[in-house]
Formats: sequence, structure tokens, C-alpha cells
Amino acid sequence: MKRARVAVGGAVHNAYEYNGKVKLVDGRIFAEDEVEWLPPVKPQTIFALGLNYADHAKELSFDAPKEPLTFLKGPNTIIGHNASTKRPEAVTFMHYECELAVIIGKTSKHVKKEDAYDVVKGYTVANDYAIRDYLENYYRPNLRVKNRDTCTPVGPWFVDRDDIDDPMNLSLRTIVNGQVTQEGTTKDMIFTIPDLIEYLSSFMTLNENDIILTGTPKGTTGVNVGDEVITEIEGMGSLRNYIISDQDFQKPFEGGA
Amino acid sequence: MVKAICQFNGLLQSSTVDIRPSTNEFTFKNQIFQANDGQLQIPVSGTIYGTALNYKGELAAMGDNLKEAPYNAPPIAPVLYIKPINTLSPHLAPIPLPNDEKELQVGAALGIVFKKTATQVKLESALDYVAGFTIVNDMSLPHESIHRPAIKQKARDGFCPIGPWIVHADEISEPDNLDITVYVNNELVQKNSTRNLIRNTKQLIEDVTEFMTLSEGDVLLVGTPENPPLVKEGDEIRINIEGMGALVNTVVSEKEASLLSGKTKEEMQ
Repeated sequence: MKRARVAVGGAVHNAYEYNGKVKLVDGRIFAEDEVEWLPPVKPQTIFALGLNYADHAKELSFDAPKEPLTFLKGPNTIIGHNASTKRPEAVTFMHYECELAVIIGKTSKHVKKEDAYDVVKGYTVANDYAIRDYLENYYRPNLRVKNRDTCTPVGPWFVDRDDIDDPMNLSLRTIVNGQVTQEGTTKDMIFTIPDLIEYLSSFMTLNENDIILTGTPKGTTGVNVGDEVITEIEGMGSLRNYIISDQDFQKPFEGGA
Repeated sequence: MVKAICQFNGLLQSSTVDIRPSTNEFTFKNQIFQANDGQLQIPVSGTIYGTALNYKGELAAMGDNLKEAPYNAPPIAPVLYIKPINTLSPHLAPIPLPNDEKELQVGAALGIVFKKTATQVKLESALDYVAGFTIVNDMSLPHESIHRPAIKQKARDGFCPIGPWIVHADEISEPDNLDITVYVNNELVQKNSTRNLIRNTKQLIEDVTEFMTLSEGDVLLVGTPENPPLVKEGDEIRINIEGMGALVNTVVSEKEASLLSGKTKEEMQ
């Protein structure tokens, strides 16, 4: 099943996909554009992977890492489907990153690879934006690049684990203003989902609703104010996001007729 | 008496108490208690952000390395990291020493606790966003390089004791002039002061909230001083911050820690 958290009619609801529409658990049905999409789970710890696709590492002139390059994100950075992400005026290179996000289902430590999927409850799509102008070589990728407000859209759906036959064989792509700009497959991950769960849980406890963003393939190109950016993964749906200027983001409400 | 906010075992809401920093005692409903009696829980609820290289001595210790690979240039923005939820633990909780490790590094930090949403805050109004201050022990496995995020070194279970309480912001008139002392088994092993910060409290709040929002309950650590003490199994660590009391925790083996903290049945088998 594909599940969602949406706001409609003045309240937050759990919902699920129903014939291309959104059905609230109370039975009401809405079109996708009639609801405000929230991140499909309230995240706990958010892990992200750098350089986890060999072709992307090469694109950035790095050797593939020997150990997962993991960093963490705060809740300030997460937004849902159809929302807008801020692009600071002065920056020269901000790029999207289409990523498969794994959602942990239970408290777990010392999980072996062969048992890894037992602690997964589902998946979603993530777009892990980076602003390369702010890169510095201290705890790189540093938080000024990767933990900015609104810079990590996730959603639209939480897809149940058992609905995805093989998460390590899914095509991913990014479409900017209708043009496909990034294409890849989760087959090309350097560290697979079981590798990552074994690695992380070997030294820390994972909790329900922790999210692991598993990295992005080659093809990360720049985005500009006004762009519509869609990141999608086979069988999981399309996550839409808009790039907005800082100025428009902060624009006071001017009312209307 | 100094006003503080603490979290008693078994209560969802927090309680306001009067503390006596010199003895770690507090008064609640006219009765005197000892923080070291162990009824206090983690006093904060949000995300914990740490800051590296924010003590002058710590940056100076990096020397010419700052200009060489892999760093290539001194830092411009605050150097930040996250202490995730699995690291949080209260006053007196054991700090697990991972199997195969001999020593851990103490990170004595002043934590700024936020009381409301802070986005693009200016220096002049920075303290309006602060609920108070707490003591944090930002533990790590010793590591030289800060080139890549140190998740494996800093995000271990129980590696972020915090408390015993949040001292009310009104009680700390000069957050940038607080002595910090660390004792291991009652012996003084480190002494420094928030006077030696590169970015002081207000400046740090301005520079961090410029690009990321801090929310009610979030904690921003101002940094950890140079020459962090090393500790081993059995050591008791006490971090005193002037006017705030003491945060005390003891290093125990990972196995012992999981028994003490009542982990899942599967893990104990």
C-alpha cells in the first residue's frame, strides 16, 4: 500500500492511494492537488549517504569510498511533496539529488545483512539538494550545504516494504521542467541497503522512522529559480518540488480579492 | 538560589526548581533533593547540534593543517554536526565504552537551549530565543581528522549526556564568561572558559540560524575546548560549568551499559 500524511479540511490525516486519488482513513476521497502533502513519516534520525553511486563519485572526481560516507540531517530541512525549496540569490551551483529513502521499522542494533530487510518498513523518494558554493572541507559535506531549511523534499508516498520486490533494482530519474536530466538504477549503489543497515547498526541503535537516504547516481545538474523538479523512482511515485528565491519565500502576504 | 527546569522520572511535563550549583542540590515544593540521587531525566526534547573548532585554542592546535589538504583553507562558516537521538542520555547515566575501544574523549560543552523558532536571528536579539543553558558531555571516540562527518566517532549510543537541568536564561548574565572544569575521578583534568570562544553565543546563533532554523527544545553546543581529556572504563566524569552545577557520568563497558539501561530482550540475550 502507498500511504501518506496530508492536511485537508483543517486537520492532519493519514491517507492512502486509491485509484490515483488520496483516500483519508476516515473514507473521504480527494484529488492529489486538493490536499497539502506532508512528509510521509515524521522522521527521527535522518541519515544521508555521499558518493554511494560509482558514476556519481566519478562525476565529482572522487574515488569510490571504502566505508559508507554518512552524514546526518535535522528536521528543519524536510518538506513534503509539491512544496518549494529556497535558492539563495547569490549562489552559482545548486543541484538536486534523486534518492531512494529507506524507512526503518523498529529499534535495532547489530543487524546482519541477511536480516536487514526485517527492520525496514518501507520506502519513499527523496531529493537531497546541495548548494556547492558553500562546500568546506570540515565534516564535509557540511551542514551549510546539506542541512538548509526546505532543502530535503520527501514523499509523496510511504510505500510498504513488501510492495517493492527488489529495492536494489529500481530505476530513478529526475525531470527538470519536463526534461529528463538524471537517470540511474539502484543496482549501481556501492553500499546496498543491507550493507548500510549492517554498517550503521553495528555502532548505533536505529529507531522506528529513522530514514536513510541512500545516495544519488550521476547526472546532478544545476537548478534555478522557477524550475519544477520532479524526482521519481520506479513503483514509488513522483516527488514534485519548485525552486523559489529567498525573496519570494519571505514575501509578505498581500491579501487578495 | 538559581532557577532551573528539570525533567523528573515518570512525568511528561517539566518542572521548575531552585538549584544550588555548588552542591548539585535542588529545592522542589520546599523539599531539598540531590541531583545525584538519580531522579532526573534528559531535560531537552529537540535536535542537538554540535560545533567544532569554536575555541581559539582548538583552532590554534590545528596550526598549518588548516591550510593543507584535505582542509585547504581555514573554516568560514560554523563547523557543525548533529548528535542524534540514540546518543542522548541523562545525568548519571552510564556512557558505554564500545567493545574493541580502550579510550573515549570528553567534550565539555555549554548547550544553548531554544525556547522558540529561530530563523535568521540577528545578534542583538539572539538571547530572546534562549530558554536557558545546560551542560553537555559531547563524547567521541578519539579522532584526528575532521574532514568527513564523524558519525562513527560521535553518534554512538549514550555519547551525549545532557543535564542535569536547564538553567534559566535570566540566571546566566554572561554566557560568554563561564568557567568550565572537568574532573575525572575527582581529579581536575581540564579547565577553560567560554571567554575563549571564537564565535560567542550570540554570534553563533546568528551564523547558524542564517541557514537553518532552530526550534523550541533544540540545543546548540557552543563547542568543546582544546586538549579534551581521555577516559577509560570505570572513570567518573564530572563537568562543572560556573553557576550551573555539574553533569556526572561514568564510563562502563558496552555490555554492562545495555544491562543497566534495560535494552530490548533480544539484545540482552
